[in-house]
Amino acid sequence: MTADAGGVPAAAGRASSGLWASAWRRLMRDRVAFASLVILMCYLALVAASAAGFVVRDWSREVGVSYAPPAFMGPGAPPAPAAAPAATGGPNEADGASSAIADPLAEALAEIRRQLASAPTPEPKAGTLVFGGDKWGRDVLAKVIKGTETSLLVGLIAAALAVLLGTLFGALAGYRGGWIDDFFNWFYSVFTSIPYLLLVLAIAAVLNQKGILTVILILGLTGWTGVFRLVRAEYLKHKVREYVLAADAIGVSDARRMFVHILPNVSHVVLVQLSLHVVLFIKSEVILSFLGFGVGVDAVSWGSMLNEAQNELIIGKWWQLAAATGAMAVLVTAFSLFTDALRDALDPRLK
Amino acid sequence: MLAYSVRRLWQFIPTLLGVVLLVFVVFNWIGGDPAYILAGKIANPEQIENIRRQLGVDQPYHVQLWIFIQQVATGDFGASWATNEKVSDIFTTRLGPSLTVLVPMLLVGTVLAMAAAMLVAFVRGSLTDRAIMIGCTVGQSISILVYILVFQYVLAYRFGWFPVQGWGSDVAENLLRYSALPIIVGVVVSLAPDIRLYRSYFLDEINQDYVRTARAKGMSEARVMWVHVLRNAAIPVLTHVMIQLPGLLAGAFLIERFFSIPGIGREVILAVERSDFPVIKAVTIYVAMATMVLNLLADLLYRAVDPRVQLK
Repeated sequence: MTADAGGVPAAAGRASSGLWASAWRRLMRDRVAFASLVILMCYLALVAASAAGFVVRDWSREVGVSYAPPAFMGPGAPPAPAAAPAATGGPNEADGASSAIADPLAEALAEIRRQLASAPTPEPKAGTLVFGGDKWGRDVLAKVIKGTETSLLVGLIAAALAVLLGTLFGALAGYRGGWIDDFFNWFYSVFTSIPYLLLVLAIAAVLNQKGILTVILILGLTGWTGVFRLVRAEYLKHKVREYVLAADAIGVSDARRMFVHILPNVSHVVLVQLSLHVVLFIKSEVILSFLGFGVGVDAVSWGSMLNEAQNELIIGKWWQLAAATGAMAVLVTAFSLFTDALRDALDPRLK
Repeated sequence: MLAYSVRRLWQFIPTLLGVVLLVFVVFNWIGGDPAYILAGKIANPEQIENIRRQLGVDQPYHVQLWIFIQQVATGDFGASWATNEKVSDIFTTRLGPSLTVLVPMLLVGTVLAMAAAMLVAFVRGSLTDRAIMIGCTVGQSISILVYILVFQYVLAYRFGWFPVQGWGSDVAENLLRYSALPIIVGVVVSLAPDIRLYRSYFLDEINQDYVRTARAKGMSEARVMWVHVLRNAAIPVLTHVMIQLPGLLAGAFLIERFFSIPGIGREVILAVERSDFPVIKAVTIYVAMATMVLNLLADLLYRAVDPRVQLK
């Protein structure tokens, strides 16, 4: 491969297509890769729509009865909506009857009743929902879409952060060598000698504040080690290649050689790692949120849905578990298959 | 080999210092003064003052670091903030249950995964191979939480084949009665990624020259696989298992939590939930030490079973 073959996207009219163009062609020829790419695009579109507020903006509205079953199962056993109005009406009635003497608050009470009567009656709660409802009658379908937004955003941003750090550290260590390399290797051995989830949990314990940003930071700042190791090895290999020596000879600065000349040639490694880490971080976020160290109560993620499903399963309400599991399984399977195909497509030996 | 071991042990020191420093930065610097966490747990202000004095919270950071290093060196991390149990006792009493579940899980899982991986590597490219590989990809994409929830609900709660959760004091009862379902769940969860990984190890070996030579000599396929390929592919598998071990110790926490097994993993979760810093600090340091030692053992074992490996 010539020095410039890897970097630039294939310029039009050039005889031999570049790495990216030929990789793209190979990727598109692979039917599995194409199908998984389509699925990923659908997910991304859904997440974009949900983040922009076009869909499921009111996911937390209680639109159905408690534990409304999925539509295809038909309405469940005797619904208990009668309990709610009775609860508000009952005590008031009794209160009014027991006081034989003129009630000083009768006026106010009557006023409240009048207002209650004139107020729009709460819309009737649906007996069934597409994918069923949760304990509070929230639509599971809306929750799954909102949860997809949370989980996928956390996965993507945290992976971007981790890969950015890993690439930066790896480039510095591999290219510079010397004490910088020693330092980063030490840093790497420190981080890798603590099991990943233990480290994540320890930091979560200290920060003790929930939220999407916290999860992203925890995962991103601890997850760079795998990328570091690979990128460092690539830089060690590339820094003695002729094109880098040539760049040195014409007086190109170190930073430019590192990030303009070498980086495009190792970017396939970075890209595959990015894809792998999205899956890894989605899984980690689900576990963190499940345990209650992830997103807060005002947000919903697949992990917090699984947490609710834990208690629902025992009383036979399986749909929230199924919805969250299904959404996650499809996304992660598509992402994994895409990553495998990407790795093959970017491997020049398999041309 | 001895010189190598000594050199590696020597290298532990900077790494361990780094781990100590990392834990210190996370807990003492980011975590700050524990008084406000303790205020919610311990009513007695004198006791809080005592803990603060032990940690040296009012001292400059370098003094606090020195106090922490002394704690690590002596193995005395003080008492749990939540239960007032001595941290060293927590570690020793929780190790047994963890190992009762982990060791059989690892043995059964490794044997099954190797058998399946050898099978699919042998019939590589066939429909069986592709079906199992796709099954593994899908199986891997389902969260471990779902496996635990569904297995516990169906096998224990619905069918009543296993106790839903629990733990006794009798080792045999724990192993046969209470650990059975956790072990099954652990094995099922680890199968998918392990089969994929071990299959690649087998494929690496199948493409080697010695396999072709063995076939050229007229050796039966069974003998090639069972004698030549298996023994060579077992080497990276062994390393993988050794390196995985410390991560499993803390990583099986979800299984321990769901099945209420009083192991180290469950202790970690409890400690994180209660902001019980001494326990988390101690577990992190101990597990990091175990990781380093096991990595060294893995390398030595690698050398012992494969004389081609040169330790540098």
